[in-house]
Amino acid sequence: MSDPQQTAGFGAYVRAEAEAGRLVVQPRMGFGDPATMRAGLAATRAAAARTVGTITVDAHTRVGHLAAVESALRDGVALNGYPLVTHPVATTAEVLAGIHGPDFPVQVRHGSADPLGIFRAMLAVGLGATEGGPVSYCLPYGRTPLVESVDNWARGCELLTRLRDQGLEPHLETFGGCMLGQLCPPGQLVAISVLEALFFAQHGIRSISVSYAQQTHPGQDREALAALRRLCRELLPVSDWHIVVYAYMGLYPQTHDGAYRLLGQAAELAVDGGAQRLIVKTAAESQRIPSIEVNVRALEYAAWAARRPQLPPAGATADPEVYEEASALVGAVLDLDPDVGRALLLAFRKGYLDIPYCLHPDNRGRTRSYIDADGRLRWESTGGLPLTALPRPRRRRFGSADLLADLSYVRRKFDGSER
Amino acid sequence: MTDVRTTARQTVVVTSMASDSHTWNLVFLQLLLEELGYDVVNLGPCVPDDLLVSRCAAARPAFVVVSSVNGHGHQDGLRLIGTFRSHPDLATIPVVIGGKLGVAGQDSARAWELRSAGFDEVFEEDTDPATALAAFAASLPRAVAPDRRPATLPAAR
Ligand code: B12
Repeated sequence: MSDPQQTAGFGAYVRAEAEAGRLVVQPRMGFGDPATMRAGLAATRAAAARTVGTITVDAHTRVGHLAAVESALRDGVALNGYPLVTHPVATTAEVLAGIHGPDFPVQVRHGSADPLGIFRAMLAVGLGATEGGPVSYCLPYGRTPLVESVDNWARGCELLTRLRDQGLEPHLETFGGCMLGQLCPPGQLVAISVLEALFFAQHGIRSISVSYAQQTHPGQDREALAALRRLCRELLPVSDWHIVVYAYMGLYPQTHDGAYRLLGQAAELAVDGGAQRLIVKTAAESQRIPSIEVNVRALEYAAWAARRPQLPPAGATADPEVYEEASALVGAVLDLDPDVGRALLLAFRKGYLDIPYCLHPDNRGRTRSYIDADGRLRWESTGGLPLTALPRPRRRRFGSADLLADLSYVRRKFDGSER
Repeated sequence: MTDVRTTARQTVVVTSMASDSHTWNLVFLQLLLEELGYDVVNLGPCVPDDLLVSRCAAARPAFVVVSSVNGHGHQDGLRLIGTFRSHPDLATIPVVIGGKLGVAGQDSARAWELRSAGFDEVFEEDTDPATALAAFAASLPRAVAPDRRPATLPAAR
């Protein structure tokens, strides 16, 4: 820890905690009102857990619709996040004062395919950690053409590297391990997370985290984390990287018990799977934006669950299926072009990457997934994916009730009302 | 009585609004409306007001289903419906809205506001969408029972 630039960053903080054997936990938190946002950050910092802070940006700002932010602020309408671009720099500096620092780094989470305005606002207040990616902040987040998102994200990465002039090492997390939150088989999630990390590295980012969102089957999720770690070791040209697990990102259990048990399972997955950071979900997830209190409870519960004695790690016996699938996808995509951004564009055009149920026009839409009898997420049709594994024959009819049943699998399981 | 088999299928537009990127709700509603016998035009996520209005004016749908779950539905909805209703071809086309419309759970005052602003129906989170939409479709003045056919997979291209 001799390099001051390294110690000032988000990545360095998480790695130092990991070396001390502690899982870092983080909320999904964002409020439109600066005083509430500040109180939320302060409460996160004070929670009985190793935490980092989050500023989640509101949905109008994500699509660059700043007039809607202004009218909401004027009319006192509550936003679903913090309008980072609209609040004056001095206001955001006050939100962060005395809270954000090397011992409590704050990350900006935003979901924008055109993040330059958000990045400029971050730079103005000395925030250096954020997340996203050219694919994962495009296909699930609106109608921006993929080609524009790739270009915006390349320029965005380069803009973030200017933080080094302020003595801060920028940190970027891939959102590719989430893709629509549910029903995307783990092999493709791992592949997109790795490809986005390679894209970041190609555009000058040296501190990276790779994400993976908990899916339907704990064993398969452990295999996915093993695959993610192995591919990063094989391919990532940076030494400062870590794995972040997201507690389930699909239809969340509606019961209090179910919500906490699912979060507990995510914490176990993070520890057993060798992740260094966990982003929690709260008991309010199925209904509304969580309050500060509900978030703090989730953070403390997750930190407690992560300290419980764990099962011996699955280790060498782990089924390599997810690794093989992810590795085949990553290899095929990288072979398309030495420039990762161009390779990603070609991959979606050819259907080498194809997200089930994604409505974005740049997604081919020829793949489908299903949940098998054991609860594993599998391919029903692989479309143009460069995979040899034989998919299950297509279901002849698939209606709204079938879709809802697949989407609610985890909710049903944890709310205790099987079928 | 109209023979349902000879009646041309009617179109329904399913859409989100400018700020909302959630799509599972849209995919679900498309399947549901296809099962009710409609052809569905799914405009997808983050639909700017102008695009929504022009696509609806072109499609001349039997009705429009607006879905929003990101918590901005109330604000986006009030803004949209003004523009929508002021288009000469869209003044009387039935429009419903549903989902998770605010950031703090259900709010009947807000639902009332949306109705007064021009939505024909506001569906709160606890209504079953299948029952609600079937009942709404049946309540429409020119309701001819649309032709039923097995649902197709959404957006499979
Ligand atoms: C998956 C998910 C995502 C995915 C979406 C991927 C995609 N492309 O769809 C990702 C991760 C990208 C995402 C992003 C965000 N999300 Co989100 N997401 C969810 C989650 C976990 C599940 C949603 C889902 O898949 N639903 C499946 C469908 C079938 O169900 P549904 O949407 O609930 O719709 C049902 C009913 O509402 C009803 N319905 C819906 N519309 C209509 C319309 C009519 C007319 C009728 C009759 C019925 C009806 O029918 C459906 C079936 O029952 C929910 C929480 C949850 N429910 O567990 C949060 C949730 C919807 N998200 C939320 C938010 C705020 C966001 C973000 C803004 C980030 C943030 N600030 O946290 C961004 C969106 C950015 C943007 N521009 O909008 C909030 C909304 C809060 C609120 N309304 O108070 C929720 C509730 C989470 C939370 N508690 O904070 N999200």
